[in-house]
Amino acid sequence: MIDELLRPFDFEFFRNGLLVATLAGALCGAIGVYVVLKGMSYIGHGLSHALFGGFAASSLLGVNFLLGAGAWGIASALMINAVTRRRVIGSDAAIGVITTASFALGLALFALFGTTGRSFDAALFGSILGVGADDVIAILVVGILAFGLIFLRYRALLFTTFDPEVADVAGVDTARMDALLTVVLACSILATMQVLGVTLVAAVLVIPAAIARMLTNSFARMLQLATVIGAVCGFVGMNLSYHLDVQSGPTIVLVAATLFAAVFVATGITGRRRAAAITAQPPLAAR
Amino acid sequence: MSARRELLALAGVTCGYVDDAVLVDVDLAIHDREFVGIVGPSGAGKTTALRVLAGSMRPAHGSVARRAGLRMAYVPQVETINWSFPVTVRECVLMARVTGRRLPWASRAERAQVSDVLGRLDIGELADRHIRELSGGQQQRVFIARALLGEPELLLMDEPTSGVDVRLRHEIMHLLDDLNSRGLAIVLTTHDLNGIAAHLPRIVCLNRSVIGDGAPHDVLNADVLERTYGASMQVLEHGGMPVVVDSFRRAHASHHASHHAESHHP
Repeated sequence: MIDELLRPFDFEFFRNGLLVATLAGALCGAIGVYVVLKGMSYIGHGLSHALFGGFAASSLLGVNFLLGAGAWGIASALMINAVTRRRVIGSDAAIGVITTASFALGLALFALFGTTGRSFDAALFGSILGVGADDVIAILVVGILAFGLIFLRYRALLFTTFDPEVADVAGVDTARMDALLTVVLACSILATMQVLGVTLVAAVLVIPAAIARMLTNSFARMLQLATVIGAVCGFVGMNLSYHLDVQSGPTIVLVAATLFAAVFVATGITGRRRAAAITAQPPLAAR
Repeated sequence: MSARRELLALAGVTCGYVDDAVLVDVDLAIHDREFVGIVGPSGAGKTTALRVLAGSMRPAHGSVARRAGLRMAYVPQVETINWSFPVTVRECVLMARVTGRRLPWASRAERAQVSDVLGRLDIGELADRHIRELSGGQQQRVFIARALLGEPELLLMDEPTSGVDVRLRHEIMHLLDDLNSRGLAIVLTTHDLNGIAAHLPRIVCLNRSVIGDGAPHDVLNADVLERTYGASMQVLEHGGMPVVVDSFRRAHASHHASHHAESHHP
């Protein structure tokens, strides 16, 4: 039994995949706290789809996937951030247009020219097989950037997330914080795309944060818990993916969803009330 | 008042679009140690004026002059707070410390300062509670504590007593009066003419532009109030304090009284 469980560790691709999945889970768990509390879940979902366009274009042009899709993702992230802040048109509509157009462009490019390099299915649903050294390096670099930002700008990010107007008066550059957060989100999605796939990344951003919210009323503890929960889901999900022979993205998401259901039941009314309040937005300030 | 230093001043401030301006040509100066109430009907631009004073909104026209190095703190309306946000009282108050130390956790000195400010506001034992688990008065005190941790010279408060009962309103006003007497300048917005505004040393009546500005006895008169609220009001005197009475209520009450008398004496 133990031998069977440890057997995949003999393969380098699995060790790489497990490392990336665990780090991806931790990274998405931490970033997901800000995504959920700022009501940015739709941006996370949209960005993951927007990156698919970059993935297709870089595949077509023969450009390195991480560079091509990365540049595409950061451009999309900054565009979404600008639209959301300026409120020129409804942010949901703007995000929908930008990201679904990018996703549709990716699908059209694949239909017209086919794909080279990374597989179409892996981009959509994640795959353990394609995880290489460059993916490990990418997740490590993005992880250092993201956790560095959270550590060094913890107070400013918390203030911006909770109360942007007062944070602005207190001297926090909230526009810069929002832009940094959106860029880190795009980079995190890019670095986790190989194991999770663009269609499932949003779930890993939201579920660990939602579980953590049910367990605590403290922001610091929520951040720590979401990071650990995300890492555990990535680790367990990747192992199950190998043994069940199911793609890594769906397996990791199903592990997270199962844990969510268990915590939802175990925490009773308190947890349910906290989970229900996650999406509750404060009313608009009076004129 | 003239001997006092000017902390900030709005000159000819207009906000919003030409056809739909929220504030029009507003002049307003705030001085050291002042306690000012901005009153006006809903949609008069009170919150906008406060935001312009705070610097979170830029006027379309006009200028805002702040004394160099002025430390300000802003307390928003409680209705705008996301009470479901996972944050304890201590975490909330510590948010005020965004400059200087970058590490996520509080230093020993910061913990002592938070304990001190919470203790001063009588909520020291609530530091580890979630902000939603507090009473209305305690919640307001948490946000005042956050503002005070930055050691401001000017405190800007948006409707600090909106939706609270009389006892709580007294509690909050007593606290603000105490802070003002220790040297803190305060500007607040309020709908409550009798319960709050009439007790303040200076009132600014606002309805897109400044209609009246001065002591309650000078400003709270039928003419200024009618121009501010667009409705007829009367001002009575009670215990040396002006009391604003809605003319509709008075007319209705006198009509009701005469009708009552007629029914008894046909």
